[in-house]
Amino acid sequence: MFPTPIHQRPIVNQYIYKIFLPISLIIWLIPIFGILMTSIRGLGDITAGNMWGTPSEFLLFSNLYDVFTNTPMIKYTLNSFKVTIPTMLGAVALSCMTGFALANYKFKTNLIIFFIFIAGNFVPFQILMIPVRDLTFKIGLYNTITGLVLFHVAFQTGFCTLFMRNFIKALPQELIEAARMDGASEFRIFWKIILPLTRPAIAALCVLIFTFIWNDYFWATVLIQGDHAMPITAGLKSLNGQWITAYHLLSTGSIVAAIPPVIMFFLMQKHFIAGLTLGATKG
Amino acid sequence: MELNNPKTKRITWWQKNQIKISPWIFLAPGLIFFSIYVIAPIFVSIGISFYQWDGLSPSIYVGLQNYIELLDDEYFYISLWNNLKWLIFFMLAVPIGLGLAIFLNQIVFGIRLIKSLFFFPFVISQVVIGLIFTWFYQPNYGVIAPFLNFIGLEGFSILANENTATYGIIFAGLYPQIAYCLILYLTGLNNINPEQIEAGRMDGAKGFHLFWNIVLPQLRHATFLAIVVTVIGALRSFDMVAIMTQGGPYGYSNVLAYYMFEQALSEYGYRMGYGSAIATVLFTIMMFYILFFIYRMYRNEREDNN
Repeated sequence: MFPTPIHQRPIVNQYIYKIFLPISLIIWLIPIFGILMTSIRGLGDITAGNMWGTPSEFLLFSNLYDVFTNTPMIKYTLNSFKVTIPTMLGAVALSCMTGFALANYKFKTNLIIFFIFIAGNFVPFQILMIPVRDLTFKIGLYNTITGLVLFHVAFQTGFCTLFMRNFIKALPQELIEAARMDGASEFRIFWKIILPLTRPAIAALCVLIFTFIWNDYFWATVLIQGDHAMPITAGLKSLNGQWITAYHLLSTGSIVAAIPPVIMFFLMQKHFIAGLTLGATKG
Repeated sequence: MELNNPKTKRITWWQKNQIKISPWIFLAPGLIFFSIYVIAPIFVSIGISFYQWDGLSPSIYVGLQNYIELLDDEYFYISLWNNLKWLIFFMLAVPIGLGLAIFLNQIVFGIRLIKSLFFFPFVISQVVIGLIFTWFYQPNYGVIAPFLNFIGLEGFSILANENTATYGIIFAGLYPQIAYCLILYLTGLNNINPEQIEAGRMDGAKGFHLFWNIVLPQLRHATFLAIVVTVIGALRSFDMVAIMTQGGPYGYSNVLAYYMFEQALSEYGYRMGYGSAIATVLFTIMMFYILFFIYRMYRNEREDNN
């Protein structure tokens, strides 16, 4: 193990480590404490410049009430779910198939197609922006959740294919060979053998895609223009313009926007981390 | 006889060719979708960069005009220069993430929770991070206001100053990026071969020597990945700029990603051709990294097959 386990060190070092650990955590989380503290304050504290002192009032619930009733925050949150969940399902479904195809069959263009998926996954969004916006206009889906979902599904398929292909490639090939010997069709092999084995990969992808899409801001601004379809990231930005110095409301709104991915992360942490690293173990 | 029976013939044809055709059936939906929304637009954008177009009226072919204009555009150079600053300073996330990972790679009470809390910023939207830091930097109400007063810079606004705005945004951007690198390195440290470490220790290697010669080489996958995601993150820096300064003051914190958006899709006008030219430049820069990444993957694939 590296570094040397702390319990093999002199007792003094152990104490120093145990003191420094929480201190470093507190310093690291200062920005988070900042918004948590501010979300319970009232306007009085904000204008008085009381940022780190004891809050003079406890107004978390009143702030939440304000945010939810005076702004379209509920609408934004719902929109975010409506964008995120179908994207997650769509991208995972498509990439199970593409990943299977690229991992299991030998054909001439296999690697080229695989590399196209990888390369596409890394391009700057700006090179796609104008044509994608134009296309979405032309098919009548500009300013709709469907339009946004379609793009996200297509784009995320790149990353998901990279991930799935590597995962399926690492599965024991004998299983597939044996099934083929028994005369199972290729679709049967995919459905009955591969899909059940890829469950951990599917879980990892779901958490990752959920977080990526929930936090997307760029495409939400490019493809959406009104409150009716706007996801929470873009919504928060537009509220920021109205609130100006109402930091207590801004903080409360930020927390609302951050909660779903944070919950997802804590519930599925193992899959999340596996996902971030496994997808490119070949890197 | 068999040839006259279409049913048997079809079945045998399918059985014979199933292995050849199946991959294309599995690939078709994903590949078609990906081609329409990701691959084709790249070429369309490059095409548009040779036109003058406001998105509505017919486009006019202008050849290299947009690129020639770029060469004389002061704001383009500022953005390009800022992209370079991003690339350099964003890289700090890699060593800091590694340092934190080494610091946290211990088994003490509560370490699992502590690690997850360190990962935390990575999960939060950049919009939220950007908003938090903008508020931190506020000259009068902000968190760092007392500190600024202390060093005699009362009322100094980091984001409104042309020399400091970009660094202020990069600093905010580092917060989630360090968390990302930390995750990669903690996993890397977990997968290190303990025998090699012990063997190194037997040979008397310790401290920095052990780290540099035995640990770091084993972390090269994590390092490679951390560098790739950090470079891509630096070149994609759009959200933070859009939230924190919108490129201001006077374009001094602009980056290519945001400048392109500003030119093509904002109140500054709908210059699709010019925007596409900026996007093409950004794409060309990114292409070097993409090709490098793919080359590495290709090498690994070949090793696997041999």
